[in-house]
Amino acid sequence: MNLLGKLSWDSIPHDPIVLTTLAFVAVGGAALFVFMTLAKKWGWLWREWLTSVDHKRLGIMYIILAFVMLIRGFADAIMMRTQLALSTNGGEGYLPPHHYDQIFTAHGVIMIIFMAMPFMIGLMNIILPLQIGARDVAFPFLNNLSFWLAVAGALLVNISLGLGEFAMTGWVAYPPLSGLEFSPGVGVDYYIWALQISGIGTTLTGVNFLVTVLKMRAPGMKLMDMPIFTWTCTWANVLIVASFPILTAALAMLTLDRYLDFHFFTNDLGGNSMMYINLFWAWGHPEVYILVLPAFGIFSEIVSTFTGKRLFGYKSMVYASGAISILGFIVWLHHFFTMGSSANVNAFFGIMTMIIAIPTGVKLFNWLFTMYKGRVRLEVPMLWTLGFMVLFSIGGMTGVLLAVPGADYVLHNSLFLIAHFHNTIIAGAVFGYLAGFTFWFPKAMGFHLDPKYGKISFWCWSIGFLLAFMPLYVLGFLGMTRRLNSTDNPDWNIWLYIAAVGAFVIAIGIASQLIQLFVGFKNKDKNLDKTGDPWNGHTLEWSLASPPQFYNFAKLPKVEDLDAFTDMKEKGTAYQRHESYEPIHMPSNTNAGPIMGLLSTALGFALVWHIWWLAGASFIGLIVAFICRAYASNTDYYVQPDEVARIENEHLDNVAKG
Amino acid sequence: MSTSATAHHDAHHDEHHDTGRNTTLGFWIYLMTDCILFASFFATYAVLFMNTAGGVSGKDIFDLNLIAGGTAALLLSSITFGFAMISAYKKSKGGTLLWLFVTFLFGAAFIGIELYEFNHLIHAGHGPSSSAFLTAFFSLVGLHGLHVTAGLIWITVLFIDVAKRGLQDRTVTRLGCLSLFWHFLDVIWICVFSFVYLMGAM
Repeated sequence: MNLLGKLSWDSIPHDPIVLTTLAFVAVGGAALFVFMTLAKKWGWLWREWLTSVDHKRLGIMYIILAFVMLIRGFADAIMMRTQLALSTNGGEGYLPPHHYDQIFTAHGVIMIIFMAMPFMIGLMNIILPLQIGARDVAFPFLNNLSFWLAVAGALLVNISLGLGEFAMTGWVAYPPLSGLEFSPGVGVDYYIWALQISGIGTTLTGVNFLVTVLKMRAPGMKLMDMPIFTWTCTWANVLIVASFPILTAALAMLTLDRYLDFHFFTNDLGGNSMMYINLFWAWGHPEVYILVLPAFGIFSEIVSTFTGKRLFGYKSMVYASGAISILGFIVWLHHFFTMGSSANVNAFFGIMTMIIAIPTGVKLFNWLFTMYKGRVRLEVPMLWTLGFMVLFSIGGMTGVLLAVPGADYVLHNSLFLIAHFHNTIIAGAVFGYLAGFTFWFPKAMGFHLDPKYGKISFWCWSIGFLLAFMPLYVLGFLGMTRRLNSTDNPDWNIWLYIAAVGAFVIAIGIASQLIQLFVGFKNKDKNLDKTGDPWNGHTLEWSLASPPQFYNFAKLPKVEDLDAFTDMKEKGTAYQRHESYEPIHMPSNTNAGPIMGLLSTALGFALVWHIWWLAGASFIGLIVAFICRAYASNTDYYVQPDEVARIENEHLDNVAKG
Repeated sequence: MSTSATAHHDAHHDEHHDTGRNTTLGFWIYLMTDCILFASFFATYAVLFMNTAGGVSGKDIFDLNLIAGGTAALLLSSITFGFAMISAYKKSKGGTLLWLFVTFLFGAAFIGIELYEFNHLIHAGHGPSSSAFLTAFFSLVGLHGLHVTAGLIWITVLFIDVAKRGLQDRTVTRLGCLSLFWHFLDVIWICVFSFVYLMGAM
């Protein structure tokens, strides 16, 4: 028996691009390691952050993960665009097909699963408990575990860069291409285990936050008093809970096909590959609403805050989000109209898809009516919101166009589709997260981002987006299909060049994001947010210090209005000094989460390479670690009243000075 | 520890959050996700069960007498788990342990019968690799079997817990979750029995 399974020296790719990347990562990693060791920060990092069960810190770590993976995923994107610009007119470019195929697969997986999802879950982690006046989520340890499962998945994707290969199937990994016969390497296995492990973490997050909003709202806050961001996150969590198990099932079946010679999706012995495609999209379509609904919530908060008005049509927003969530479950077939279902089936799914435009339109008009006669302050978060409203509408309209089955037969798998979903995901979800990032950054970190680079970032993203993706609409109409690594149609050249330029403009936008962070940190002392309410906010998170007290609320707030904090400011009940405080019950940090994350990584890695002893050992380790955690004794502690009083008075003094 | 200190502790526990009720609700929601996992496997079975690739179909291989035995064991184990819960709410440690033990035996009997069936089928040349029908059959029934096995491990852990520490609130909450899990698996089994075995054998 081979102790290392299929792993050998030959598993390291000999591609110069990959080797250069690995060298950079190694040098960067070594530098980070030396810095952390010299600064003696390892213990601090472990105790204060990696083992933390504080939802705010977990949220920050999620967003760091999202930014790291954004850079990785964007590196893939810019390689694809340069390849296509260099390989028009039948040239070869610099990426051979087997490498190019891994890149577009990794790009999709990373951007959806390891950039957008952590970004969304990170913002939800930081803000949702604060908005409902809770001290933490319902299951703090589970929250930490979810984070580490996401990290485990991200690690597996990145390990595949240096050991073996990644899937060459596209991010959907349709069989029979992703079956053993046509993908005998480890790429699809990396894909399966990265998605499976992080997907289980996401399911746990959904359960956790649903219980949090159902059970832990502040006294007086009814469901229809929850801030709109919390509501949209709640709908997203309903979707997570209802759809991620389908992904788990589909991946499990693909695993059985590949590992144990089962015949779910094979060509022979009665397998049916369309079943995978149905299951995949029964998860995949709700997934895009999981991404975009919280972004809609962010825009709603920002529009109402930066116009100084109550959100127009709050209730219709809640119901529209619910309608989108439910409709999101009965449109999955529009991803494969060309499968050849009957005209009636295609018509049903086409019409359902078009109907989604109605609740989405309701939202857009609500935002416009909120701004109507308001005093719009054009701060950076508001810029992202306005950009979204213009650009996302284009994506929505091309979506309705694609929903017509007849039109879809022409445009299926063309670059028109690529342009459409980038239009909705970038201009919808990503703009929302970046808006939320600037909006809540002072809340989470205690100081402002640099607004100049924030604005530069916005303009580069918006113009870059238009340059990169409008040509793709044209190319789709001109007949160019997706996932080509070279072309020879002279009519396409100019559009491919423009798209490549657009990618570089977006690169400047991403760089500006990092610069605004860097400049913000550098000028930290000048940009401190001392009052905790820098934008004149409406909801409870702004009633706390920035960054919030680790226990969030010294006394649980009494909520009497939808805009709870505005209501308190108007009634003069905000910033009350209390005579005495009660002890606060808090969960303790735990190393069970990172340990289980590490074991999951080992388990996934072992399964990819067929290292059975390691797979068995890490699986048993996971069960043992879980049981040990279930019977751990030091899981909570109390913050004493004098400590609470000291922290609260310090904040209130700051508010009084501000 | 004085009584007042305990009362104090409980009071703040409530203000922080009622952990037991959160756990139960959370577990309910988790069970719903599990339900969708099973639904996906049921749907796949429905799509694939006629694809026998010229091999055996359900009619040829299902031994309803054997399965009736397994079904009886599992249904009885649900009743005995109910007795365990009644004992737990009455704070009867001995009764809880006894009924947990009986439940474990019934559950183990069910798994034993399932393993016997699988083993028999594989040796007769009807393993999961033989056709899409057998793939879907083994996966759906096996997924349920894996859940029951996890339940058996969980029963063992809680048995030791009750034996060593008695029936603390936390333990009773956990027994309640396991009880939900166990009854849920019974419901799933009734669906498997009806749709896979009964309809397949007809």
